[in-house]
Amino acid sequence: MGRRRIAITGIGLISPLGIGVEENWAALLAGRSGIGPITKFDASEFPTRIAGEVRGFDPSAWIPKRQQRQMDTFIQYAVAASDMAYRMAGLADDPPPPERIGVYVGSGMGGLPGIEACYESYKAKGPRHGISPFFVPAVIINLASGQVSIRLGCKGPNFSMVSACSTGAHSIGEACRVIERGDADVMIAGGAESTITPLGVGGFCSARALSSRNDEPEKASRPFSKTRDGFVMSEGAGVLVLEALDRAEARGAHIVAEIVGYAANSDAHHITMPPKDGEGAQRCMRLALEDAGVTPEAVGYINAHATSTSADAIETRAIKAVFGAHAHGGLLVSSTKSMHGHLLGAAGGFEAAVCALALERGVLPPTINLDDPDPECDLDYIPHTPRKVQVAYALNNSFGFGGTNASLLLRRVD
Amino acid sequence: MSDDIVAQVTEVICEQLDVAPGDVALDKTFMDDLGADSLAIVELVLALEEKFDVKIPDDEVDQIKTVGDAVNYIKARLAG
Repeated sequence: MGRRRIAITGIGLISPLGIGVEENWAALLAGRSGIGPITKFDASEFPTRIAGEVRGFDPSAWIPKRQQRQMDTFIQYAVAASDMAYRMAGLADDPPPPERIGVYVGSGMGGLPGIEACYESYKAKGPRHGISPFFVPAVIINLASGQVSIRLGCKGPNFSMVSACSTGAHSIGEACRVIERGDADVMIAGGAESTITPLGVGGFCSARALSSRNDEPEKASRPFSKTRDGFVMSEGAGVLVLEALDRAEARGAHIVAEIVGYAANSDAHHITMPPKDGEGAQRCMRLALEDAGVTPEAVGYINAHATSTSADAIETRAIKAVFGAHAHGGLLVSSTKSMHGHLLGAAGGFEAAVCALALERGVLPPTINLDDPDPECDLDYIPHTPRKVQVAYALNNSFGFGGTNASLLLRRVD
Repeated sequence: MSDDIVAQVTEVICEQLDVAPGDVALDKTFMDDLGADSLAIVELVLALEEKFDVKIPDDEVDQIKTVGDAVNYIKARLAG
């Protein structure tokens, strides 16, 4: 008996490119950048004054006003994106038994805006009036999954993974395992992030991780480019509904794509940097292929982690090591972070959704701003404009601080 | 004066619990009628403390179950 197969039947997206699948997909194909000046706080004294902020998000469409202040922004994004995915999957009209649906929506840093605001309020008003009784449930990370479960009645496994910028991918991969081992039939999984705050931006600035191309925000996120100077922080959410394939087929659900392989491992090397040869990333990609029983040559597209830092060259090296001649013989790679920036804990969720849509629609989104490729980055990165190609398998890479890696392999549904 | 306190308490309740002034009446309970949970009541009590510059001890919070209880409590504290 083989293991249970996993279908993606719902997608919910929030990013600087838009709200919902279609707004995001249209922007990705148009090669539009969502990066602009920071408006969420006064960043004038910071070396980086640009970010990918979500625009036009009205939480009232999903969350009653009274409950909004009980949730920091990342939880609001998690709730909204999960609801979108749930509805797209048709589960609102045809819900699974509550005990058979779980939630794994994670976040990299959680409620940083709420922590900063509450500390200010504590300093001004003291502990009794300065600290809301809702402070803790508003900022802790597993309340993303908790709030989703309360709203959608999901009584299966419920917690939130935290693995920095690979949170979304790990959440999806581990949720697949939940379904495979039979602990649930449906999982809502992905990531949510909203940390464009003085400490969030300032922390990455101090680590010299961010682009300071403040005069040209739309050109700042430029993965694989010779003139890349750091990543651009973004916010949003990417959430999938994962479902046992036989269940999805039995109820006649539309299946966007299948998830056929997953691997998680670690560099065991350094807190922020991968080893020069990308050994951990290589191994992770290989393990995901082995998990699916798929040869490297069958993979047509990689949505790279590539954040627009020096590590883009390392990921390129790792891809070449794993895919050999195929890396220069038909394999297409892009970093959609060139458009939406780095969604941090939501990145893996968002980008796994991009892979699923690319497979379903037969179009691969581009890497924009790739005017001057780094000689060390010599793959076909689909520069500037999307490529109309129907590929059978797409791989999504996500790597995080701490040396943690995740790769997801998705298959096109014929 | 007392009508003024009712109005001010109502204002705080409406803001904290996101209800309409028309839903607030002296006999309404915070939990069953106005949809508050225990954390929301804590937050409401803190807002009333700030508004009227009084301190409501935790062991007395349990006795404030209706809008009328809150109004009477505030009136008594302000009179005392």
